[in-house]
Amino acid sequence: MRAVLNRPHLICLVALVVGAAAFPAWAAPFTPTTDGQVLERLPARASDPAARELQALRQAWRAQPQDLGAATRLAERYFDEVAATGDPRFIGYAQAALQPWWSLPAPPPAVRVLRAMLMQFDHQFEPALADLAAALVAEPANAQAWAWQLAIQLVRADYAGARLSCQRLQALVPPLLGAACQAQVDAITGRAPAAAAALRSALQLADVPPAQRLWSLTRLAETEERLGRFAQAEAAFRQALALGLPDVYLLAATADFLLDRGRPAEVLSLLQGQGRADVLLLRQALAAQASQHASAQALAGELAARFDAARQRGDTSHRKEEARFLLDLRGDVPGALKLARENWAEQREPADARTLLQAAWAARDRSAAEPVLQWLASSGIESVALRSLAAQVQGLR
Amino acid sequence: MGAAAVAIAAAVLGVCRGVWRALALALLLLGATASAVAHKPSDSYLQLTVGDSAQFTGQWDIHLRDLDFAIGLDADGDGQITWGELRARHKEIAAYATARLAVVADGTACTLRVGTQQVDEHTDGAYTVLPLQVACAARPQALKLQYTLFADTDPKHRGLLKLTAQGATRTAILGPQAPVQDFVLHQASAWQQFVDYLRDGVWHIWIGFDHILFLLSLLLPAVGSWALLMGTPPRHGPWQPVSRFATAFWDVLRIVTAFTVAHSITLSLATLGLVSLPSRLVESAIAASVVLAALNNVWPLFHSRRWMVAFVFGLVHGFGFASVLADLGLPQDTLVLALLGFNLGVEGGQLAIVAVFLPVAFALRRTWFYRRAVLVGGSLLIALIAAAWLAERALDLKLMPF
Repeated sequence: MRAVLNRPHLICLVALVVGAAAFPAWAAPFTPTTDGQVLERLPARASDPAARELQALRQAWRAQPQDLGAATRLAERYFDEVAATGDPRFIGYAQAALQPWWSLPAPPPAVRVLRAMLMQFDHQFEPALADLAAALVAEPANAQAWAWQLAIQLVRADYAGARLSCQRLQALVPPLLGAACQAQVDAITGRAPAAAAALRSALQLADVPPAQRLWSLTRLAETEERLGRFAQAEAAFRQALALGLPDVYLLAATADFLLDRGRPAEVLSLLQGQGRADVLLLRQALAAQASQHASAQALAGELAARFDAARQRGDTSHRKEEARFLLDLRGDVPGALKLARENWAEQREPADARTLLQAAWAARDRSAAEPVLQWLASSGIESVALRSLAAQVQGLR
Repeated sequence: MGAAAVAIAAAVLGVCRGVWRALALALLLLGATASAVAHKPSDSYLQLTVGDSAQFTGQWDIHLRDLDFAIGLDADGDGQITWGELRARHKEIAAYATARLAVVADGTACTLRVGTQQVDEHTDGAYTVLPLQVACAARPQALKLQYTLFADTDPKHRGLLKLTAQGATRTAILGPQAPVQDFVLHQASAWQQFVDYLRDGVWHIWIGFDHILFLLSLLLPAVGSWALLMGTPPRHGPWQPVSRFATAFWDVLRIVTAFTVAHSITLSLATLGLVSLPSRLVESAIAASVVLAALNNVWPLFHSRRWMVAFVFGLVHGFGFASVLADLGLPQDTLVLALLGFNLGVEGGQLAIVAVFLPVAFALRRTWFYRRAVLVGGSLLIALIAAAWLAERALDLKLMPF
């Protein structure tokens, strides 16, 4: 499925970047000259096995839209598509499948978990946590609900809650995943070396499915990077990439690692034709600027158009990326600081901390960085990049 | 994971994957959660431009991917939408889209018509472009939009509205989060409306050549008079310039006042809907009035009573002004204000012309140039132009560029 979806995306991205370079403003409406002219490439052909599977699920749901099983099966399948492609349209399709239950105050637990998954995508963390908590009261052995609760607690910097969720999860899943979830919490709460070691030994286990291997390697690479062990970090990134699974998060993290090491040319070749997600476009634009590549201006313009489009529809979930865009590509320090602060109020992971510290440093505004400095002290996170940035900011008077 | 959930997961993912896969995915998404991975979500772009009439235009750009998901465009299932495939579905697309956008103007539903569809490229792909013709009962004061496009297939879809009215543009996000939205278009104050109509009035007299030429024809001889020759019967001799400015001034004042009073009467009667005349008749009569007024300067029939001519034909010109005002669109709630503003604008524009004309004419009145070239030559030229207008309007021809 993933490999199938990837090729059209590649074509679309190339077309997009070429198009953006050729027509910086809106092109005017036109009438195509021949019937054979291809206007749009869809994510999948109707004959693809995955597309047929989706179609079958959709028909089953259409025949009985009130049937809970048919609806949740379809919604779950659409959500898998979001994970695979990062395409937000599938969020809406999944929500449509759940329509009869979507607005109920207390829908069945299966709907609650799905509703939480869909809401967190829009950064609606509080209602998502409420749904998960209610689902877990009804079904305390719902591993998926525990896993999502853990994920949101980490984003919200609720480490005590995350530890508890992980404990409950460990009783429900095999030892490998239990170890992985423990390492994930340890890595950002002052136990990074132990977390890295635990991940390494978990990866030694035989028969680890590729998706889990990729996830563990990504976490390992980030942990090693924060510990300042760059050679080990790069080795882990390379191993994860070698699995050949398209994963937007891994690509973005690897690109950031290379940008920090001053190797933008490698970022450009890494991301060439890797999909149309905003986070990857941002890294491409940063790398193009750093290496003074000819595409730098077109990429920055395309990115600006995306942020404008998101703003037009009232979408504020791109604040971290836009803050970086404003700071590093537009030199708009006040604008970047404002977005970075708003983002920190919502999300508190290492990347969010870094964005705010950088913006505060550029603005020479120590007080703006205060919440991050407090978080650094209370979480005990080990990160050479964050520590050195924090030291700079703390030196401000 | 509960037994039911395992069963669901197994059914969805295939028995071999089960819980493991579901959990791995959940964990995988931790990254996605934090970094807001995104393509562009589904948006349509709706532009509406409300003018001064009951009809207005718009443009609606809808992504081909969304239409394909809703009604199927990829006829041959090859994962590509071609122009041929899209063109074949234009009728269905127009019907599907217009059934999902209701435009209500001041409580009455408007009808939507879709013109010839085109294609446009936005940042995230190809969109079909629907040109819209919206017909309402009257010029909209307030618009209510009900937008339900893709509400059943993708509740995350949004319609990004750009609404332009009275030169001001506003934006709104349409979609299931606020399916019905109201827009008050005419928020301009009464004073602002008055000023707008005043300006329209001035503008109309300045670009309305027929009115200017009529007025000029009556004013040209006002800096003099046709001497009364005694005899039986008494007859009028050649045109003689006046000696005093005041004489010319009072003559001009009488003519302009008569014209103003007359056209104000008919403008008001027509605008209030008390009298109505066919516009071709009115326009022809206006042209005829210019011919007569101009010829009167060469072969005088009305010598000192030209203010009466101004009054009689002013009645006709008033109907002409009324049709212009009707074209501008009439706000029913502030009709009288609009009428007053427009009329005062016409008078102001007229006075400005007189203020320029009178001193110049008075200064030149004794010259050969004025007496022969302007008064006789100019009047003949005006008569000629107006005769062509008359032919055009009466016979529905097009002879002249203005």
